[in-house]
Amino acid sequence: MGDISKNYRLNFLKEVEANVEEGEWVKMCMQCGVCSGSCPLGKFWDHPPQEIFMMIRAGKRDAVLTSNAMWMCTSCYNCIVRCPRELPITHIMHGLAHYAQRLGLAPAHQPTAKFAQLFWNNLMKKGRVNELKLGVKLYFMNGIGEGFKTSLKMKDIGLGMMKTKRMNPMEAIGGHALEDVKGFHAVMQKAQELEDQRLANQRP
Amino acid sequence: MAKRQYSFYPGCSSQKGASSSNYLISAQTMCEELDIQLNEIPDWNCCGASIGYAGGGELPRLTLSARNIALSEQHNPGQSIVATCAACWLSTREAAERLQHNPALAKDANTALAEAGLTLKNQTPIKHMVEVLIQDIGYDTIKTKVKRPLAGLKIAGYVGCQTNRPFGIAGESFENPQYLDRLIETLGADSIPQFEKKVQCCGGALAFSEPAKSQEMIKGILESAHDNGADLIVTPCPVCQMNAEVYQEQINATYGTNFKMPVVYYSTLMAIAFGRSAQDAALTGQVIPAEKLAAIAGK
Repeated sequence: MGDISKNYRLNFLKEVEANVEEGEWVKMCMQCGVCSGSCPLGKFWDHPPQEIFMMIRAGKRDAVLTSNAMWMCTSCYNCIVRCPRELPITHIMHGLAHYAQRLGLAPAHQPTAKFAQLFWNNLMKKGRVNELKLGVKLYFMNGIGEGFKTSLKMKDIGLGMMKTKRMNPMEAIGGHALEDVKGFHAVMQKAQELEDQRLANQRP
Repeated sequence: MAKRQYSFYPGCSSQKGASSSNYLISAQTMCEELDIQLNEIPDWNCCGASIGYAGGGELPRLTLSARNIALSEQHNPGQSIVATCAACWLSTREAAERLQHNPALAKDANTALAEAGLTLKNQTPIKHMVEVLIQDIGYDTIKTKVKRPLAGLKIAGYVGCQTNRPFGIAGESFENPQYLDRLIETLGADSIPQFEKKVQCCGGALAFSEPAKSQEMIKGILESAHDNGADLIVTPCPVCQMNAEVYQEQINATYGTNFKMPVVYYSTLMAIAFGRSAQDAALTGQVIPAEKLAAIAGK
């Protein structure tokens, strides 16, 4: 028989435990499937959470990290409150998505992966989200042609929002910002450095 | 009566000219009537919301909220933080708890905050405005403030996701929370306890990146409200409000439906029931006008 643990391909599980936010919980999944049945967009996922957990334990690294699955998490938290083992499933999905993005393995044309990165870049600029700039970047994230088509489709919604003062074209120049943008950037830069250090030390 | 003081975290979407600026206006009006004083956290930043995880790793994301809590503890000491936005509340509370349970992360967050001369003590309770209404003020007090009961209105209480999960309101179930229905009844309107889509997801931020998939879910919410005879929908969440309201024409075009269902905040309902003007209740912020509410406001 020899060392039976060699029969299990646990390397990817260890990688996830060391590098993915809340990844140490993955091994606790008992494969009941309540998360998969509770997910509002579950029918569109290549692999629902229960399957992702088993794939991690089976060492299917590429299939998990290049999957579009966790990018369709709407953060509804159904899975978290229903999981009989109380796994923080929403956070694990976010953590896997972030890890895939960090390694450059996230699917290239996944719309939420693109939009979510635009959102982060947007808030990091001035400390607060500029909704107008975020919207324009979203419409044009797949090129100019599609951008104009989307803008035209969204025109009436934009006009409705402007009429009710819930959208302000003036946000295109300047817009809401922190007073202490400099301090904010210094804090966030330091946090990123510490995050990078922590992950470098943890990698198996 | 002495005013109750809270350290207020309004959030990006409530700013002037932003998508839930109407929420802020109506919440301020509601608070005036309930003797609640909101002291804004000076120079607060974005919480990272639900989709900050793509670009933001664990520590950077938690540090966003840590900065807000630290600013609150410095400028509004002893006051609970209250957020009106579901995602702001969730992110801030989640960050506070994660940092309380993980001293190494908390130490790193404080090292980062020191770059701007800030310190996180992390001893501040973090509440959603709904918790303030239900736990600190109470239905009975709210009822005494009602000058214009919303009689004859049938209102679907759409709680949505993030005000309900993972934290929720103490004593309420995740699957069928009752507080919004109770609030509707307190204001003199009729609630719809059998509204099946009360805690259905609207797609959240994915309404932007996956519009077709999200609109299919929003259609279900509108359909249920309509079939149950609702005059309007009320919600405590800015993303729920916007998603359920502004895509109705697109949904009608896709599915051949004919929805024109007003979607308002609980604070708008309360401002009107408390006798304030349509302007103060931010009814002017409705993309789909809430005509029956406007009629009550005009009485």
